[in-house]
Amino acid sequence: MSSHKEKTMPVVRPSLAVEVAGLKLKNPVMPASGTFGYGEEYAPYFDLNRLGALVTKGLSLNPKAGNPTPRIAETTSGMLNAIGLQNVGIDAFVTAKVPVYRGLQTPVIANFFGNTLEEYGEVAKKLNDVPEVNAVELNISCPNVKQGGIVFGTDPSAAAQVVALVRKALSKPLIVKLTPNVTDITVIARAVEEAGADAISCINTITGMAIDVKTRQPKIANRTGGLSGPAIRPVAVRMVHQVVQAVKIPVIGIGGIMCAADALEFLIVGAKAVQVGTANFIDPQAMLTIIDGIEAFLVDEGLTDINQVIGSLKL
Amino acid sequence: MKNYKTIVLSNHEISPDYFRMRILSPGFAAKAQPGQFVMVRTELMLPTMLRRPFGIFRVGCLPAECDGLPPREYMEILYKVVGQGTKILSELHQGDRVELLGPLGSGFDLGTPGKAKLLVGGGIGLVPLFMLGEALIKRGEKVRLLMGGRTRDDILAVTEFERSGVETYVSTDDGSLGENGLVTKVLERKLGKHPDAEVFACGPTPMLSAVANMCAAHNVSLQVSLEAHMACGVGACLGCVVKGVGHSDSNPHYLCTCKAGPVFNAADLDWGKAVVAGSDCAGGGCK
Ligand SMILES: Cc1cc2nc3c(=O)[nH]c(=O)nc-3n(C[C@H](O)[C@H](O)[C@H](O)COP(=O)(O)OP(=O)(O)OC[C@H]3O[C@@H](n4cnc5c(N)ncnc54)[C@H](O)[C@@H]3O)c2cc1C
Ligand SMILES: Cc1cc2nc3c(=O)[nH]c(=O)nc-3n(C[C@H](O)[C@H](O)[C@H](O)COP(=O)(O)O)c2cc1C
Ligand code: FES
Repeated sequence: MSSHKEKTMPVVRPSLAVEVAGLKLKNPVMPASGTFGYGEEYAPYFDLNRLGALVTKGLSLNPKAGNPTPRIAETTSGMLNAIGLQNVGIDAFVTAKVPVYRGLQTPVIANFFGNTLEEYGEVAKKLNDVPEVNAVELNISCPNVKQGGIVFGTDPSAAAQVVALVRKALSKPLIVKLTPNVTDITVIARAVEEAGADAISCINTITGMAIDVKTRQPKIANRTGGLSGPAIRPVAVRMVHQVVQAVKIPVIGIGGIMCAADALEFLIVGAKAVQVGTANFIDPQAMLTIIDGIEAFLVDEGLTDINQVIGSLKL
Repeated sequence: MKNYKTIVLSNHEISPDYFRMRILSPGFAAKAQPGQFVMVRTELMLPTMLRRPFGIFRVGCLPAECDGLPPREYMEILYKVVGQGTKILSELHQGDRVELLGPLGSGFDLGTPGKAKLLVGGGIGLVPLFMLGEALIKRGEKVRLLMGGRTRDDILAVTEFERSGVETYVSTDDGSLGENGLVTKVLERKLGKHPDAEVFACGPTPMLSAVANMCAAHNVSLQVSLEAHMACGVGACLGCVVKGVGHSDSNPHYLCTCKAGPVFNAADLDWGKAVVAGSDCAGGGCK
């Protein structure tokens, strides 16, 4: 009797939809660049349309071969990587990977980088002409080879310069991804906001090092690498909190998200959406579990809309 | 390929530090090709630990007759305890939960029918050769396994190969089992007898380099199964690359071990400085 009643009751599912920089996302969960390939690698494991958006591996003007091996090492609650931004290059991406996105019912965000200002500008121009790419994510955690290797994203004026240049070359939503390897991330955040960013995503990996005590050698060939995974989450939540306070544009939270509760931490401090990276390696279905878990949380809390959670931090 | 959320059927130490785990895996056997691998994760591991890659040793099915339960398909891995992850695996019991991603990667090409097939295994490197042997025997081929290890403890599952119809030749560095010496010594002799042979090898890198040198000198084809540090196992992280032929610092050419491999044609790889024929541990077993 009662079960019959339950079945006929209208089930109102809470809304997970969010809007970031003009992009309408069916839910706030998307992969972090470089941990999900171009999407096709994980297509056998679940329907990519379930994702809020798809974020590609970082693209550059020319194909990039990447670093020598070993490139990865596991560390306590995390991993170091020095892949070296290996990618097929923007032209091969457009011819070989983009056609796969044609039938997709979720926005595609192309992540890209450059080693000079000019390179950033060239890639931005090319991406602007690809209709299947709905938005771009600008990775400014790269050294400027023309200026003594200073990392664009660690210097407010260099960061602003590259963002302004890309802004001019491109009419799509522009997300700028920040590096945590700075003293005060809010300074950079404000600089890129002023230069025309539509949204900010943070954080990229934290530079780290691990040593094999037997051989006395670094565990990865590049000596240092980027730390990701749950080990960095408290740092990431803190930085997202700071950036949300510092800027008016939306923020996408990234760093060590393994489960729905982790994602909710970022949303509560004010991130409009989240990206999931290392967790994909451990469980290829991690993002689905996170999406379902966020929905379950809303139901549990008697909430109808994810936007009731975003920025609900109590201090 | 699929992520199996399943259980351990059995897990035994078969030789000091070597374990054999049988995992329930309905529907897996039909998809698994010789030389492919799986990424394994256990519930006991910290939720944050990366999966560990293991070759598929063999697949099979528990028939209904044995205990009245419905037939159950399983797959087996054979592994050596070398660090934290394999230690945790070795402590699992029947009924413990594991997750299995696979079958992954591209396996062995069975080669030209009629040519002598020489399988060369060093220590735990014999794992991917069992299903290869089975597949070749099924095709009516003559298959020989040259199995090398440091000591007798590193020689595994040889009777199983024999039962499947593979002729086996054992060698150990210390002479504690089979012929005294390196597996490459046996290979040299066999290549002399079978100049048209096709060779399939898996083992430590120095052994593979020595085998590659030898096969190149004899002008016979060689497929090798490689190991690399992996995070995803599906081609997404690009952590597992090896150097392809023609690789140079100015013109790098990397291949994904988890996608293009783990089995490669030796001729497609850049053996570079890794080629150390006749080095101390070229007989295998040194991990
Ligand atoms: C395709 C493939 C097939 C394999 N098949 C087998 C097999 O059948 N039996 C077996 O015993 N071993 C096999 N290995 C090696 C096995 O994956 C490692 O021994 C294991 O990952 C070690 O984990 P650990 O935590 O015990 O060691 P640790 O040294 O503590 O591991 C630290 C990290 O390094 C990685 N790592 C360490 N050694 C290796 C290695 N040799 N290869 C790849 N990653 C490594 C681990 O995965 C982990 O991420 C295979 C490896 C690959 C790539
Ligand atoms: C193997 C690997 C490759 C990555 N490649 C890129 C990349 O190409 N571009 C980029 O902006 N970030 C890259 N990142 C950083 C991630 O997108 C993410 O910011 C970081 O890993 C933190 O999130 P996580 O802890 O959830 O992994 C990479 C991270 C990993 C682990
Ligand atoms: S292990 Fe990730 S690409 Fe091969």
